[in-house]
Amino acid sequence: MKKIHTPLDDVSVRDLKAGDEIYLDGIIYTARDAAHKLIIGALADNKQIPFNPFGQVIYYTGPTPCPPGKVIGSCGPTTSSRMDPYTIPLLEAGLKGMIGKGPRDESIREACARFGAVYFVAIGGAGALIAKSVMKSKIIAYPELGPEAVCELEVSKLPLWVAIDSTGHAIFQNS
Amino acid sequence: MRKLNVQNVSDAINELLQKACYELTPDIIRALENTVKTETSLEACSILEKILLNCRIAADEKLPLCQDTGLTVVFIDLGQNVLLTGGNLEEAVWEGVRRATKEGYLRLSVLNDPLLRKNTGDNSPGVLHLKIVPGDKIKIMVVPKGGGSENMSRMKMLNPSDGEEGVIRFIEKTVSLAGGKPCPPLVIGVGLGGTFEMSGILAKRALLREVGSSNNDPDTARLEKVILERVNKIGIGPMGFGGNTTALAVHVKRYPCHIASLPVAVNLQCHSARHREVIL
Repeated sequence: MKKIHTPLDDVSVRDLKAGDEIYLDGIIYTARDAAHKLIIGALADNKQIPFNPFGQVIYYTGPTPCPPGKVIGSCGPTTSSRMDPYTIPLLEAGLKGMIGKGPRDESIREACARFGAVYFVAIGGAGALIAKSVMKSKIIAYPELGPEAVCELEVSKLPLWVAIDSTGHAIFQNS
Repeated sequence: MRKLNVQNVSDAINELLQKACYELTPDIIRALENTVKTETSLEACSILEKILLNCRIAADEKLPLCQDTGLTVVFIDLGQNVLLTGGNLEEAVWEGVRRATKEGYLRLSVLNDPLLRKNTGDNSPGVLHLKIVPGDKIKIMVVPKGGGSENMSRMKMLNPSDGEEGVIRFIEKTVSLAGGKPCPPLVIGVGLGGTFEMSGILAKRALLREVGSSNNDPDTARLEKVILERVNKIGIGPMGFGGNTTALAVHVKRYPCHIASLPVAVNLQCHSARHREVIL
């Protein structure tokens, strides 16, 4: 099985093909609906956003609260298509990867090919299993959004599949 | 009259909601284990095995099965000979939800308004369906319903001439449009008949039946089998990766309806088919 590390570069991204099962290591950033709305607003206003997106990976998740003695709560992926309207400005800013679940709009498949980016899927509803791959977690922005705050996660052997590769090939029929 | 303090209802909801979020009922686990044996796609089997591993980790470590611990739907069948004391029943239900959320480290997923979208901060309120039934017991059923599968559910007032084939096609279309988004393999609740709102409630309640059990009505049991076969031929498979396991079960509830109407509601439930119940 392929192992890749963030931040992603063009060479490692080009090596990934739709359908590949991979393990991801390194730093990733969480953001879902409400955080995307704020980040896109900030980008449009030329304001600073919570992290430099160049070569980075966003994970669409809103974890459960962290129980005592754990690194993170349950943290599976949420439905990616809700983030479709916010995605292209982030790819323009250098974002290289996204992690979520389910098919996406045709415009995202085209954008992955255009920007050389990749869309991964994690197993939806497997939040307890995925929590085992998270080594460190800290909130870096928008704490007022509660479960939708932006967190920096350090992951090790996060199990993922490539759903749209950097040539625009997709595993879902309707993506 | 049998007196029952509503504090008991709060306590029951607290316990049922936490347990539902950490542990699937044995019927769902069995159904998932069976699909590993019948699924022909290797990729799908790998996903199903990870879903089962997730169930074990969640139960052992007391971590929610899924980060979406849902909006809490509660069905209460209240015996008409029960005299509730000590406060308001609905408030007691939400108190149970608030306690489970805090004590069980459940996610705050409830907003005050669909347009204003401010988090209520305690997961209350949920949705309560109350039915008065004969007897002196109270049956409480708790369903933490996640947004992913709920968002892919659909309802339509069909033309009576559409008949059984029209109903089946609407269900197939619903599952097809949803693809991998509602986290298949699914349990599909179907409400057939009643009125606009009744069909949706029937569909949701149909999700509570034991997976693998047969419908008491022979014609509905036949219909469920036909729908399950047709849905599993679509090929969506676990998480939309392809395969013959798109649904674990189809549960249909029927009710009388108007001479002009054929309401059908399809409530999709992800593989984390969480629900728990108790009789007090």
